[in-house]
Amino acid sequence: MSRQTLGGTSRKQPAQLPVLSGRPLASLYAGNVRAVFARGLKATWGSNWAITASGFVEPVLYLVAMGVGLGSLIGTVEGPGGERIGYANYIAPALLAVSAMNGAVYDSTWNVFFKLNYAKLYEGMLNTSLGPLDVALGEILLALLRGALYATGFTAVMGVMGLVTAPWALLMVPAAVLVAFGFASFGMGVTSFMKTFQQMDWISFVMLPMFLFSATFYPLSVYPEPVQWMVQALPLWHGVELLRQLSAGAVTAATGLHILYYLVMILLGLVLTTARLRRLFLS
Amino acid sequence: MSQAHRPDSAGRGDIVVSARNLTKKFGDFTAVDAISFQVRAGESFGLLGPNGAGKSTTMRMIGGVSRRTSGELAIMGLDPDRHGPEIRAHLGVVPQQDNLDQELRVRDNLIVYGRYFGLPHSYLRPKADELLEFAQLADKARAKVDALSGGMKRRLTIARSLVNDPRMLLLDEPTTGLDPQARHILWDRLFRLKESGVTLILTTHYMDEAEQLCDRLIVVDKGRIMAEGSPAALIREHSTREVLELRFGSERNAAVAAELGGIGERQEALPDRVLIYADDGEAALEQVSGRGLRPLTSLVRRSSLEDVFLRLTGRSLID
Repeated sequence: MSRQTLGGTSRKQPAQLPVLSGRPLASLYAGNVRAVFARGLKATWGSNWAITASGFVEPVLYLVAMGVGLGSLIGTVEGPGGERIGYANYIAPALLAVSAMNGAVYDSTWNVFFKLNYAKLYEGMLNTSLGPLDVALGEILLALLRGALYATGFTAVMGVMGLVTAPWALLMVPAAVLVAFGFASFGMGVTSFMKTFQQMDWISFVMLPMFLFSATFYPLSVYPEPVQWMVQALPLWHGVELLRQLSAGAVTAATGLHILYYLVMILLGLVLTTARLRRLFLS
Repeated sequence: MSQAHRPDSAGRGDIVVSARNLTKKFGDFTAVDAISFQVRAGESFGLLGPNGAGKSTTMRMIGGVSRRTSGELAIMGLDPDRHGPEIRAHLGVVPQQDNLDQELRVRDNLIVYGRYFGLPHSYLRPKADELLEFAQLADKARAKVDALSGGMKRRLTIARSLVNDPRMLLLDEPTTGLDPQARHILWDRLFRLKESGVTLILTTHYMDEAEQLCDRLIVVDKGRIMAEGSPAALIREHSTREVLELRFGSERNAAVAAELGGIGERQEALPDRVLIYADDGEAALEQVSGRGLRPLTSLVRRSSLEDVFLRLTGRSLID
């Protein structure tokens, strides 16, 4: 077709734009999370999968080294239900929580940081009819998907190593997705405050001790009481406990509290991220 | 859906942007200071001003991505504070800095951007091809964005802004940083859009760009409107028909200027030259010679928007 007809053809078949008015939260949400999510999939497709895989491999290496290696010296430990279980069985669900966390954090911090400050991706998105909640949910779902993939892979590794015993353990996958959702939603909110690479290092500075000390490798009871309170305030501990209880089938009222912790974390994270995107790009 | 929340279906000539005492403050700093203007459908409207004049802030408010501090603003009859997404659905935005999606290929940039508006693939696939043709990028459809030149990126950004058939196109310094060839290609594309009835609102600090593209413009400085009108009317109103430029050498310019009193309508001594604003430049030059002054070089030219601009916004450097 000839270039001159651009205006003419466009007028003949105008874009049929969806009507947005009257929706709840109309200025924040256009009901088009799908477009943001699909964009993320398209962009990730064909990008460097080696980097992606490293986040999954790390907890597997810990499981082999600590669970199988160190575990041969330790023998059995007391499980969540009070029974004696192998050390690998003890740390595997904790490392599953770590795996879900790593996947979610990878996308929702470094990737978001780059898109926010360098690629100006969200600025472009918010020049369209998308609202900040669409962008936040789409990006968080993408991070969540990575967390879910890591968690599913890790559960498969656990199965192969004979570490999945109770039928409850099948619930570990959706529980790990919940953990990933919590970290993804909060991680993106926190990242929106970061302006420099130095500040981004603070995230690693928080993540590593949290990984090591959230009752991942030994029970909470080794700490003095004030330290116990601190650890219990951190999200990873709740994920570790939730998955450990499910893996042993020791489901109690505490399980419900851990789930509640994540539901609140997801909600707060979404509110924070949406508010931040609004402040950064629509103020 | 409620009819009241649809943008007015404006015909050519209807008012699509109406600002009254529009003000934007960032803390104590007033970026836009109670400006009032209107833009009509199909018009090409320019905001002209030095850096920091408040052009981009005004554009962001029109684009529904920046909330005004006070005053009234209606875009296609809607208040952008309450109907941001509906307004943005009918706008095309070309930001000052390209924000193309580096992780997607050229054609996918158009399709994915269209998806943000909720447009279906069946509409977007032919639309993307049509826009690539328009932007003279058809052979780059599968290329990575990184591989494009500055001019190509700019054209792709403009193509992207057209994916939703916008009623109004907002261009923030569309040709800054481009070489002359790329600028002329871009102007040609923008002129075609204007001919097809798209309302253009653009900011620029290039006077030739404003003269080429704008039917009407406002000159803004320090957040205020200094003048408003068509380029020709502004020149008539704020300058003379011709300008005589004289160079006497850097040391002598100021001294000679003192001897030029009464020639033309007014004189201005710059460090490198003396300007005489006169309706007849040649006659003014004869008067200069008649006083026994011999400039190193002399040039008679027509007044341009640049003369108006510098007169209204001053010559001191604004960073």
